[in-house]
Amino acid sequence: MTGAGLPRWAWLPFALAMALLVIPLAGLLARAPWARLGELLASDRSRDALLLSLATCAASTVICLILGVPTALVLARARGQWVAAARTLLTVPMVLPPVVAGLALLTTLGRRGLLGQPLAVLGVEIGFTTAAVVVAQTFVALPFLVVSLEGALRTAGTDMERAAARLGASPSYVLARVTVPLVAPAILSGTALSFARALGEFGATLTFAGSLQGVTRTLPLEIYLLRESDTDLALALAIVLLGVSALVVAAAARLGRTHG
Amino acid sequence: MGEAIRVRARHAARGLDVDVTVPEGSMLAVVGPNGAGKSSLLQLISGDLVPDDGEVTVHGRTLTGPDVHIPPHRRAVGYLEQRALLFPHLTVVDNVAFGLRARGRDRRAARARAAAELAAVGCADLAGSRPRELSGGQQQRVALARALATDPEVLLLDEPLAALDAGVAPELRRLLRTRLRGVTTVIATHDLLDVAALADRMVELTGGRVTAEGHVDDLCQRPASAFLAGFVGVNLLHGDTHGDARVWLAPTIAIAGAVDGDLPPGPARAVFAPAAVAVYRAATHGSPRNELPAVVVAVEDRWPVQRVTLAVAGQRIAADLTPASVRELALAPGDDVLAVVKATQVALHPG
Amino acid sequence: MATIGQRVGALVAVAALAGCGQPAQGDAPVVFAASSLSTVLPHLDDTARFSFDGSTGLLDQLRSGARADVFVSADHDTMLAAAEEGLLDGEPVMVATNRLVLVVPADNPASVTGFDGSLADTRLVVCAPEVPCGSGARRLAEAAGVRLDPVSEELKVTDVLGKVASGEADAGIVYATDAALASDAVTAMEIPGAAADPNTYWAGVVAQAPHPEGAEAFVAALAGPWQADLRAAGFGPPR
Repeated sequence: MTGAGLPRWAWLPFALAMALLVIPLAGLLARAPWARLGELLASDRSRDALLLSLATCAASTVICLILGVPTALVLARARGQWVAAARTLLTVPMVLPPVVAGLALLTTLGRRGLLGQPLAVLGVEIGFTTAAVVVAQTFVALPFLVVSLEGALRTAGTDMERAAARLGASPSYVLARVTVPLVAPAILSGTALSFARALGEFGATLTFAGSLQGVTRTLPLEIYLLRESDTDLALALAIVLLGVSALVVAAAARLGRTHG
Repeated sequence: MGEAIRVRARHAARGLDVDVTVPEGSMLAVVGPNGAGKSSLLQLISGDLVPDDGEVTVHGRTLTGPDVHIPPHRRAVGYLEQRALLFPHLTVVDNVAFGLRARGRDRRAARARAAAELAAVGCADLAGSRPRELSGGQQQRVALARALATDPEVLLLDEPLAALDAGVAPELRRLLRTRLRGVTTVIATHDLLDVAALADRMVELTGGRVTAEGHVDDLCQRPASAFLAGFVGVNLLHGDTHGDARVWLAPTIAIAGAVDGDLPPGPARAVFAPAAVAVYRAATHGSPRNELPAVVVAVEDRWPVQRVTLAVAGQRIAADLTPASVRELALAPGDDVLAVVKATQVALHPG
Repeated sequence: MATIGQRVGALVAVAALAGCGQPAQGDAPVVFAASSLSTVLPHLDDTARFSFDGSTGLLDQLRSGARADVFVSADHDTMLAAAEEGLLDGEPVMVATNRLVLVVPADNPASVTGFDGSLADTRLVVCAPEVPCGSGARRLAEAAGVRLDPVSEELKVTDVLGKVASGEADAGIVYATDAALASDAVTAMEIPGAAADPNTYWAGVVAQAPHPEGAEAFVAALAGPWQADLRAAGFGPPR
């Protein structure tokens, strides 16, 4: 049971940690209205919340990939004092309470905000739209992708890329054919993390985007609204959220293994 | 034979200041202590290093100059390092085809050429394997095929055999000799065997500067620096000669030897093998030999002989003695001894 | 290794510390009250320990066994549910009313003229129907024949007020007391029928309260001496 580097006493904190994390989930599963699950989930508001969540999370995850992979490259490979500062700035949304993130977005992109005011004059208003949900999700999820990818890039080093360049590959060709395949497992796990973070996003969405069925009321918002008035439905939706998250994490782990 | 490569450049941060030429179709060996600038020189040619000033020209085309620096991926320069750096996510044949695909060739043509290159290095049967399934020697063969598949104008080798097992290196060396005939190559190496087997000309770098250059035979038989002497595995003593076949190392110490050609008065070198050195505690009499006062510096355990380092007139030489002799003489660092060398076994050269 | 005596001593110390975690020293009650009372109540009683939240949220906590002395809800249905589930001691009493009003930002960017057709195509924010302020708003809209097309249904009335006060929304429906709190950032307009159908505030002593005397005193004060202060804050009288 014990091997090198695994002291016997470590099993106790391990058991406590597993209990702390697993038992509440088990409690949730136990109290769920399994018999009525189908009927509950078929309701309009369930469907709207679920589809909205999936659609917005998919959109924000795609944006995170488009912005995040090059960002991770820059942070991992650029030289200069400013890189450390940029990295710190980027990590801030990760540790910021989501409500604060929502406030930040509101004061910047809201109708009377720094950027929002000029945008409103041009007829572009982001608040209360589905786009606002995507913005809020991207804001909180992007750092997760960048941080996990940057670590992998730094570990991988640039030797392979240098060899590829010497063979005549342009920087873009190297990125697509050498760098990305080499860090594919990290990209996949980072994407899964971002997706999961976006899926669970609540505080920023509520503050910045509002809550309207089918437009901005994502799954977490729906669950929060229903937790007192219709506990059964809230539990049913919570199970769905749990299931989707578990699926995403498992899929990412599996894909990461076959690639690596 | 024209000039294939010309590097005349300076890089202050790396302490580099070189002027090196490589004739077309020949192989230049670059030797020198660690940190002397061997890799930097190669990187100047490949374009990975930008000099503070100077020029790098290949086949008359300026690759690096006052207002131009062509990046590595647009130079037709092949590179082979100690590590094969094969792409783990591609099969062997796709690895070899990589350069061609990157330059726009279609998959079929690229793979066909790759297969041919693999056959030329004896790895045709490995085409479908993954790099991690290959041994070190096989990986380097594939890396060579990959570099040659793009028909580079020039090939750069940075200690390519250094990471290979002793038994594997000789076959790789033979392969390089065959495959690279007629290809303009620069090889940085620590191994005399590479130099002897592969190179035509040789350049010694010390502290970022060229301290010796010439034909391999010349420099090896008549090493001009302590490093080269050590590299080749011979002893070297500097001194002055009055024109007789003797080199004076100190006012009272001289070493006599054989002269090949002219030995004018002035600075001169004496070269002899460690095996030619005998060590005695007291003076002996016999056929004309050199008896040089020496101090034991170190005794190294080697096999089958032990290497004894001696200080003679402020310079260092090595003597290879049998373990029995070492025990008999009871040699220890600091002992005063006599280093005895037959004059017939000492070669004297000017300079 | 600790002796038996040392171990017993440690257990006693832990039990005493756990005892210290009990809420409220002396007679000061623990009061669960609706959010709209969060500004006025602490002024009236600085020894009581308050927990403010939506009425249904508080009910949920009581159901789960939270230890409180007084429950003040912002609607009748919640208090009725509490009584039916045996969470109260004795009968609850109505202590105030609160009518809904329409608020717009001080500069009225959408030129809203009142609870009428001018609300169409504005960024109107209301409470979700699951929350009392939301269901009340819908009732009033139906009665007045006004169509509500909100861009967001917030989960707390304070969020509605916040969005109007910051100018993010063009109009919102909140309580008169909320409008009074933000009087420099918003302008309040009357809603027809609101005064006749206000939210009713009820106070009750919680069953098995840890501080029953303090609880009774609090509820009595709410119904009696504190009425003037409640009026000053914008609450209506109990009917």
